[in-house]
Amino acid sequence: MPFWTRYGLKQGKASTKWPSEGDDGQSGVLGMPRFDPAKCQSGCRECADACLPGAIAIEEGDPIDGSADSLGASRGGARLKVDYGRCVVCQMCVEVCPTEAFSPSNDWAFGVRRREDLLWARPSGVAAGVGANVGAAGARADAGAGAGDSAAEKELKGEIRRIFGRSLHIRHVDAGSCNGCESELQALNNPFYNLHRLGIFFTPSPRFADLLLVTGPVTHALRNPLQEAYRAMPEPRFVMALGTCAVSGGTNGGGYACGNGLEGVLPVDLYVPGCPPNPAAIIHALLMLVRRMPQRVRGGQIVGESERA
Amino acid sequence: MSPEQPPLRARQEAHATPIRDVPLRDLEQRCGAAVAAGARVQLAYAWFPETAGEPHVQGSGAEAAPPETIELRYVVHSSAGHPPEIWRCRPGTLPPPSLASIAPLVSWYEREITDLCGLSFQNQPQPEPLVLLPGARATRPPLRPGAAPPLSYAPEPSSLPEVAGSAHRDVQLLPFGPIRADVLESAQFTFFYIGEGILHYDPQLFFKHRGMEKRFEGIRPELGTVLAERVSAVGSVAHALAYSRALEAAAKCDVPPRAEWLRVLLAELERLYNHLHYFGHLCHTTTLKVGEAEGKYLEELAKQLNAEATGSRFLRSLVCPGGLRREPRLGGIAVRLAKIHREFARYAEMLETTTTHLDRLITTGVLGKQLAFDLGATGPIERASGVDRDPRRDQPYGVYRELPLRVATSDGCDAHARQQVRIAETLNSIELIQAALGGLPSGAIRAECPPAARGEGLGWAESPRGSVYYAVHLDSAGKLARVKIKSPSFSNWRVFPHTVHQSNMMDYAINEASFGLTVAGCAR
Ligand code: SF4
Ligand code: SF4
Repeated sequence: MPFWTRYGLKQGKASTKWPSEGDDGQSGVLGMPRFDPAKCQSGCRECADACLPGAIAIEEGDPIDGSADSLGASRGGARLKVDYGRCVVCQMCVEVCPTEAFSPSNDWAFGVRRREDLLWARPSGVAAGVGANVGAAGARADAGAGAGDSAAEKELKGEIRRIFGRSLHIRHVDAGSCNGCESELQALNNPFYNLHRLGIFFTPSPRFADLLLVTGPVTHALRNPLQEAYRAMPEPRFVMALGTCAVSGGTNGGGYACGNGLEGVLPVDLYVPGCPPNPAAIIHALLMLVRRMPQRVRGGQIVGESERA
Repeated sequence: MSPEQPPLRARQEAHATPIRDVPLRDLEQRCGAAVAAGARVQLAYAWFPETAGEPHVQGSGAEAAPPETIELRYVVHSSAGHPPEIWRCRPGTLPPPSLASIAPLVSWYEREITDLCGLSFQNQPQPEPLVLLPGARATRPPLRPGAAPPLSYAPEPSSLPEVAGSAHRDVQLLPFGPIRADVLESAQFTFFYIGEGILHYDPQLFFKHRGMEKRFEGIRPELGTVLAERVSAVGSVAHALAYSRALEAAAKCDVPPRAEWLRVLLAELERLYNHLHYFGHLCHTTTLKVGEAEGKYLEELAKQLNAEATGSRFLRSLVCPGGLRREPRLGGIAVRLAKIHREFARYAEMLETTTTHLDRLITTGVLGKQLAFDLGATGPIERASGVDRDPRRDQPYGVYRELPLRVATSDGCDAHARQQVRIAETLNSIELIQAALGGLPSGAIRAECPPAARGEGLGWAESPRGSVYYAVHLDSAGKLARVKIKSPSFSNWRVFPHTVHQSNMMDYAINEASFGLTVAGCAR
């Protein structure tokens, strides 16, 4: 046994200081493909046909080229609707697009408070029409309230944040994942990310938990146990949909055995698409929840200063 | 190794797995004779072939195929060292005989066929549902072609074995799950125990059944890898590889040599990070804290290497039918790998000399050789029980034949043997990656692999946890009609409870960790 102690000491510190400084550990990791509708070709539907989870949909019958174009690309009588809440980062669109309208990126910090923020929207649209909404809703969400909360609940949530704002206890529930999301959640406690350093802990009992962190598309068989865990949590409580499966079902939702993630199952405070979201993306989302990091994505793209090229 | 493209004619043999028609009345006798001669039934499944001129209508919901068109398939290995053969059996309207009493591992496959395809077997020794939980109802067998209505659940208490006899009041019952403590996959375990001793152990593993096989139905074959990689993330490469090889067999497509070499590289990188995780987790259960931290740290280094090389910490989105979708970045691998190698060699030596750790492993979770073989244990689990099988050597695929592959085995049969086999495999994986980097030929990485209408193929790969098989059938439009997935955890979960009965509670977590099981792969 003593040689393990010596060995441990000799190895030194392995933990990163990220996000305050240093390495996030995600060098090379591919994120959500970036979408540039200006490059779309008339009549092309290659990406939509290659996108298995239906993150790219073609809305038929819309006005021809150029007009009424606030939410997507309008080319050749159809426009694309891109929903990063369904994207599993498979890179198929990037490969099949003949004009690089979809390009590879390292944009993986995709946690958002409102589901709509995962739908691609023209940046100018964000600033104008849609933007007013986003701003107001963003502020609301920052106060920590999920949709439908009463004023008293909102206040209490805000208060809890003020007192415990720097710490968080999480109960994780696997509602039918492929184990990719679990693998990355487990990685949070390895010496590199060392989640404890941020005051964030996993707890075995929902009764001690502030956050219910759900992975998987929610199989019919796990829907009840999941809702029971939620009911067992003290209020105020938060819910995070971790991974594209939990956000929308992804490639695995629907069918005879699954629902579509948390849609219609539980109220969600934070959506974190990714397949799986990498450990740094999870840390970003957790810190976002306790307001120690800002949301980076609006209208399906990273806005403001980008920490990665 | 020469950098020129080596002749790979040998791969042709993988193209056609021979299919033999077995009449229903001969099935038991044929199976009995094969098993007596040392054969192992690898997997069984059912599907509904298209009736001539009548393509399956996706989403029609109509009774597209009458039940009598159902076809049974058994994949059989006459012996290790031989490629498999397929038995095809058309039961018509007759209930086929169960083979479970001849080849026990077939039992789970039969119960799955009953649940999902609606075909019952005569004299099945355990006729209750396997995949469908108690209370689950399917109005129509989900794997019949066409739309499958959602399962309905009327939760009812599962029927657990009853304890009889004078001592039954002393027997405690501990249900655990389906939501378990810690960050773990969902599954429900019930322990029957007296004091420390476990009398009986009953795992319910199918809460996570997602209907993945159904999901392949009707999609274009080139998109299937996206699904295959999401059956069990920690086996993404093996799943995508077995799936792709099945399609390559159907299309009689030859993969370019460079792609075959890179596939070995990816498959061994997958083994590396999985095995490193395994040691960290095993140390967690034996409470060797520094050992746990070091194992998980090495796993993290390996995952970061994966991301650097492929853009994915799980090595996803590369393997495809016909080869690879894009070139990995090989530049930084050698240096990062050397660091992992150095640290792992020291780490493994310490694991093997720490008596407090070894004390907990030795004689824990004993799995005898015969049981391992009969119940279909696979991968490091069977090899640690003295069953010397490995598809990389016995049914060679890719370029393993040209690389310094060493199959590790042990006769120890316990948790320690399983650690030793995985240590040897980790070291060999590093060596294989280095050799693959050194011998990598230049050239194309993808060949055309046009879907063969009405074609079929069988593909396999040795994942870190054991063998993965994909059986693929295409319809007349070249779309996927049926995809059967045999995952290693489905095989090893079948075996695992037999090492728990008669053991003790204190050792349970160690024993489970020593198997390295996944629930997602098993439940699909
Ligand atoms: S990367 Fe995302 S948007 Fe592109 S094809 Fe894959 S799932 Fe669809
Ligand atoms: S989001 Fe992706 S990685 Fe996570 S459980 Fe779903 S398929 Fe697996």
